[in-house]
Amino acid sequence: MGSFIEVVLGGLMAGVLYSLVALGFVLIYKASGVFNFSQGAMVLLAALAFARFSEVMPMPVAFLLAATMMVALAFAVEWLVLRRLVNQDGIVLFLATFGITYFIEGLGPQLFGDNIYRIDLGMPKEPKIILENMFEGGLLINLEDLIAAVVAGLLVAFLALFFQKTATGRALRAVADDHQAAQSVGIPLNRIWVIVWSVSGFVALVAGMIWGSKLGVQFSLVLIALKAIPVVILGGFTSIPGAIVGGLIIGVGEKIAEVYLGPIIGGGIENWFAYMLALVFLLVRPEGLFGERHIDRV
Amino acid sequence: MFYRENGQFKTTYQADQAMLPIAQDRAFMVAVLLVAFVAVPLLADEYLFRAILIPFLILALAALGLNLLVGYCGQISLGTGGFMMVGAYAAYNLALRVPDLNMLVVFILAGLITTVVGMLFGIPSLRIKGLYLAVATLAAQFFLDWLFSRVKWFTHDSSSGSVSAPDLVVFGFKWDAPVEKYLFVLSTVVLFTLIARNLTRSHIGRSWMATRDMDVAAEIIGIRPVYAKLTAFAVSSFFIGIAGALWAFVHLGSWEPLAFDVNRSFSLLFMVIIGGLGSLLGAFLGAAFIVILPLLLNQLPHWLGIPVSTATAAHFESMIFGALIIFFLIVEPHGLARLWAIAKEKLRLWPFPH
Repeated sequence: MGSFIEVVLGGLMAGVLYSLVALGFVLIYKASGVFNFSQGAMVLLAALAFARFSEVMPMPVAFLLAATMMVALAFAVEWLVLRRLVNQDGIVLFLATFGITYFIEGLGPQLFGDNIYRIDLGMPKEPKIILENMFEGGLLINLEDLIAAVVAGLLVAFLALFFQKTATGRALRAVADDHQAAQSVGIPLNRIWVIVWSVSGFVALVAGMIWGSKLGVQFSLVLIALKAIPVVILGGFTSIPGAIVGGLIIGVGEKIAEVYLGPIIGGGIENWFAYMLALVFLLVRPEGLFGERHIDRV
Repeated sequence: MFYRENGQFKTTYQADQAMLPIAQDRAFMVAVLLVAFVAVPLLADEYLFRAILIPFLILALAALGLNLLVGYCGQISLGTGGFMMVGAYAAYNLALRVPDLNMLVVFILAGLITTVVGMLFGIPSLRIKGLYLAVATLAAQFFLDWLFSRVKWFTHDSSSGSVSAPDLVVFGFKWDAPVEKYLFVLSTVVLFTLIARNLTRSHIGRSWMATRDMDVAAEIIGIRPVYAKLTAFAVSSFFIGIAGALWAFVHLGSWEPLAFDVNRSFSLLFMVIIGGLGSLLGAFLGAAFIVILPLLLNQLPHWLGIPVSTATAAHFESMIFGALIIFFLIVEPHGLARLWAIAKEKLRLWPFPH
């Protein structure tokens, strides 16, 4: 029993980390209808910037600088790409974000170098044993993961407040509902896009810092986008709670499969298991767990 | 002035339904085929065959198959690399385990096996739509990746995970030299382009397009969505499977699953969209663009005489590639094939502007 709970706990924490990346996807999809494939590249860029800046300056300054850079990126994307592709099909915009991905994947290492860099956030690395009196041997948990989970939770709470309580948040939700209607009541679409891309750049920075301190900042960080995509479709493209719940389901499912199913059918299943899990969920609910139900009319 | 259909009267229904109804188009097509079948084999050198022409033709075939699915039936797939992999390994295992089988039969059977796998992964399309489906097809890609690198039976217990194709012997002739391989691939591609062209003009193609334009409306006018979507997946997978087998047997020679990873799927989707959705010509233009562009970018600093380190060159290559994709999408979101259509329209009116 103890070991099972340990597996589930580990899965939950991994899931929170997936959610962090998935959140970036959802924010942009909600406000502009763009499935932003470059989220992974943005995580890499933000993490690289933070890692290199923090080598020469105190960490808060580095954080601010990296965040500023992500805002600048948001402006550039809006001005150079989105503005010029208004009213195109979703698939064309999707492909355009591939272009952005390639661009950032070249730009990031070119600016900041392509070695492996360390981010040390001063988090405790050694695992801790809790609840020794309840289970034999106690539960082994990783404090670093726990802190990451708390940070992710705070970020989500902050975003939820931002979306629900501020004027900008209301405008964002209006744009998500209906571009044209939002524009007709005087909401500036272009500024809204800059804001969402900035916010998701900020989310990418947080995700990049946490993932970077776990794995080291290196090119393979872009691959976590592929890890987060099943989370997004499972939760629904348009739902922030969906990204969180989806992340938790995928995280736990993946860990359980890895531990109990992996030895039976051979290892290495983590690359596709999340996708298959998401696929099965989608067969039951095609718009994701919390996605908007779509009614087709002729 | 020269490109006019004036005076070309059609007197039979057959003439009216011809594939290329305008005489100038027919002449142009004959010229293209002559260049491809006669001039190129005489003039091109080995590098051109190996590095550009053969990969271009095979990827164009795969893009053609993908275009039938994405451009004609509107079902976005990101599992193309996986399906090519199925074709490649099916052909490998057939050639290995059934030694006396004719190579052509091997290719066709490999295509059919891919068809079955493709239809299997196409079943979710009956329930899931749009981007959700696109992402769901990634499941096929990653699962097939895993299957062929982990299950030893498929690679015949090869210790390195890499397998080698047997010689390409068709009609008792060994297609070995680059020019022979080129002709083999070219004939296959021409044949399949013909098939695709006729399919898209037939009732099957029409049912695909109706499904693409609006699936609910298509269902109401009597098109069975199950039938339309699954045939699209089947035909597309058949093309892609053949392309995969050719890619492995003719282009690579020996390969491992990495040759068909998710980047292959993405690059094929680029080809289809940059070339033009729902256009057979687009598949060829897109394939040419994606095959040639990286080679050009690679050579660019060399030609300009700027000494750069390989790392810098790789970074700039990636940046320019990304920027060009965005540039083309902004300039012509309907793809390169649309530019060709515009050029033809202008030619008809020339020398008048309207």
